[in-house]
Amino acid sequence: MDYVIEMLNIRKEFGSFVANDNITLQVKKGEIHALLGENGAGKSTLMNVLFGLYQPEGGEIRVKGESVKITDPNVANDLGIGMVHQHFMLVDTFSVTENIILGSEPKKGGKIDIKKAEADVRALSEQYGLAVDPTAKISDISVGMQQRVEILKTLYRGAEILIFDEPTAVLTPQEIQELIQIMKALVNEGKSIILITHKLKEIMEVCDRVTVIRRGKGIGTLNVSDTNPTELAELMVGREVKFTTDKEEAKPTEPVLEIQNLVVKDARHINTVDGLNLTVRAGEIVGIAGVDGNGQSELIEAITGLRKAESGSIKLNGKELINLSPRKITETGVGHIPQDRHKHGLVLDFPIGENMVLQTYYQEPFSKNGILNFNQIYDKARKLIEEYDVRTPDEYTKARALSGGNQQKAIIGREVDRNPDLLIAAQPTRGLDVGAIEFIHKRLIEQRDQGKAVLLLSFELDEVMNVSDRIAVIYEGKIVAIVDSKETTEQELGLLMAGSKKKEAGVTS
Amino acid sequence: MNVGRFSGVLIPLLAVVLGILVGSIVMLVSGYNPIEGYSALLYGAFGDPYYIGETIRQVTPYILAGLAVAFAFRTGLFNIGVEGQLLVGWLAAVWVGVSFELPKVIHLPLAILAAAAAGALWAFIPGILKARFKVHEVIVTIMMNYIALHVTNAIIRSVLSDKGFKSEKVHESASLRSDFLQSITDYSTLHYGIIISLIGAVVMWFLLEKTTKGYELRAVGFNQHASHYAGMNVNQNIVLAMVISGAFAGVAGAMEGLGTFENISVKGGFTGVGFDGIAVALLGGNTAIGVVLAAILFGSLKIGALEMPSSAGVPVELVDIIIALIIFFVASSYLIRLILTRLKKEGK
Repeated sequence: MDYVIEMLNIRKEFGSFVANDNITLQVKKGEIHALLGENGAGKSTLMNVLFGLYQPEGGEIRVKGESVKITDPNVANDLGIGMVHQHFMLVDTFSVTENIILGSEPKKGGKIDIKKAEADVRALSEQYGLAVDPTAKISDISVGMQQRVEILKTLYRGAEILIFDEPTAVLTPQEIQELIQIMKALVNEGKSIILITHKLKEIMEVCDRVTVIRRGKGIGTLNVSDTNPTELAELMVGREVKFTTDKEEAKPTEPVLEIQNLVVKDARHINTVDGLNLTVRAGEIVGIAGVDGNGQSELIEAITGLRKAESGSIKLNGKELINLSPRKITETGVGHIPQDRHKHGLVLDFPIGENMVLQTYYQEPFSKNGILNFNQIYDKARKLIEEYDVRTPDEYTKARALSGGNQQKAIIGREVDRNPDLLIAAQPTRGLDVGAIEFIHKRLIEQRDQGKAVLLLSFELDEVMNVSDRIAVIYEGKIVAIVDSKETTEQELGLLMAGSKKKEAGVTS
Repeated sequence: MNVGRFSGVLIPLLAVVLGILVGSIVMLVSGYNPIEGYSALLYGAFGDPYYIGETIRQVTPYILAGLAVAFAFRTGLFNIGVEGQLLVGWLAAVWVGVSFELPKVIHLPLAILAAAAAGALWAFIPGILKARFKVHEVIVTIMMNYIALHVTNAIIRSVLSDKGFKSEKVHESASLRSDFLQSITDYSTLHYGIIISLIGAVVMWFLLEKTTKGYELRAVGFNQHASHYAGMNVNQNIVLAMVISGAFAGVAGAMEGLGTFENISVKGGFTGVGFDGIAVALLGGNTAIGVVLAAILFGSLKIGALEMPSSAGVPVELVDIIIALIIFFVASSYLIRLILTRLKKEGK
């Protein structure tokens, strides 16, 4: 067989913990090979072994049939292995070209030959259809473009095998489509790609073969054409997984959240939310669908008091909330699972236990007369950790040390436990694996069934359609249409999100 | 050995040991006997009751200055202005000490509170500028140090004396001096301030670790966005953190003004106690107990050093070099951590 990369029976241990238990991964030349597994299954460890960041305790690595020892990333580079990291390693204040040549600068008479470098970068960019401007500054270009710079970096160093570590986690749907085109172009030019992911849809769309690992063990390698998402999910999680969330018909009653003519300016002083009207009733989940940047974030920040609204009305159970402090709004009965869990959701350097009382620390029983009662705080934390299946060594562990999924479960536990009348969930499953997503969806529906109002914001159309009862489409700061999630289609939503009128959309769908 | 668990204690300790070792090398190279040098240092700090008294007296303002820096650090602020806050606190304490005649139970607390208030006010300015206009507190506090130095000098010349260079002695009722403490330490300048600084350490620990306000202050220090999301008033907490930090610094000044010197004199330059407070806080890991321990070390070095030139012939500048080396090794704790991790790996 013609394999470019063979990792045979790789074993990697950290102390008594076996991160990779004799995993085998064989990648053919010119294929896109997916490495699928839940968060913490050992995907990154395996790739770090391949990239020379970790030394395996056992097993053999072969590149183009020859047995090699990859002692550090430079060796990996020389062997033609390049890694596109999930968190970009770019110097913000440098230009695209300067970032790409960093560490292997072409020199002329002791000076960097920037002209030649730019020409090289431009040529590479054109060859693979990346459309990157070599002279642009990193801080001025979009996240999607920055990722292409990372790809160019590996190509510039002559990589034949590219490892993509969760490349779509940071991208918008459009950027994901573009990335898929780029990956196909790379393969057509003879490169091989290893795609680390837990998104089944992407695998089905772009990959040739897939290797599944679960809890450090290799489960097997399949041809993508012979499998389906359900089978892959079962292999990955080790049990049956449901994609469509089971739920009863919603029984909405009284309006809980009523927004009228809301206007909110963003940081550039533009009316990003521009006369928005929306009602969410008790016992229903309203999903907000829209292309990123149409006022979703500003809307949620205005409801929760994090951003000042210009005018309009936001009523919770008939009580005016507009421009109250976040604390007043929280106390009135709003729970908020924030979009950016690291920025807003958690104090990462606090123990997970102290994070559980972030909004309630000043109330009894967690404190009395200004003195904290740590017994009560940690009792509550233990209860929530248990109930919401937050996997952590103990409640004194810093929130920073938890995986993204467990951090998110902790936040959801905290917000739901306060028993708010309105629960706002902004991208609650971003970057999580199917197991955690399923768990979180269940919890949101549970809240609905208990007669709470739930407002869901997500950029994943599947999620909006699956979980919501009604879908409000946001476009240029207004709700342009409200559709029933059972009756709509992805096409109709897509057109509405792009700004076409409901009728037109109805005709074309 | 579990590096992670004990690194909080181990690293400062190793930094001190490394500083002393490199100090020995410096002494050897300069032609002095390090054993004699360090013996003189030890004797000078703890050799007889007088030296012990002097050492404790020196530790007193170091603890409070260290607490001031550490408190700000824990709440995400870098208070370089402890020196200036200390000076205005010193001035305020002496001013109250010489201007009134009151019973001791009122006069002494009043003078100390005045010092705390003056330091707090001095720190309020950078605090409000940071909260309101996002002016970086490092720049403002540095500038406030100079303003403090010259304003206090001007007030000493024009108000507290008749164009003289020092104020009158504070009234007995405002003094921290004690005949008893002096008699047991062979007439050193030891005064009751050490008790106040230890109370200060307890106050800082309790405030930060046990109260809801401390929870807020720490949360704001780590993550302003999450604190805002959680309903805390971020700006108010920034100002409050600076004010409390400044109050600690002001009380440090009162220790000098009501205890050590019992007056205030025109200064040609900074006392250095406020700046040493930064090193004390750093070495003490910004915890109350750590600050106390680090202050004891710094105070001992400072007082013990006075003995080195006379009995071992080592110039006092060398002690400054050793202190600098210790700070250097603390600051490069990353290096020590790295070495520890390596050793652990190889030992396995």
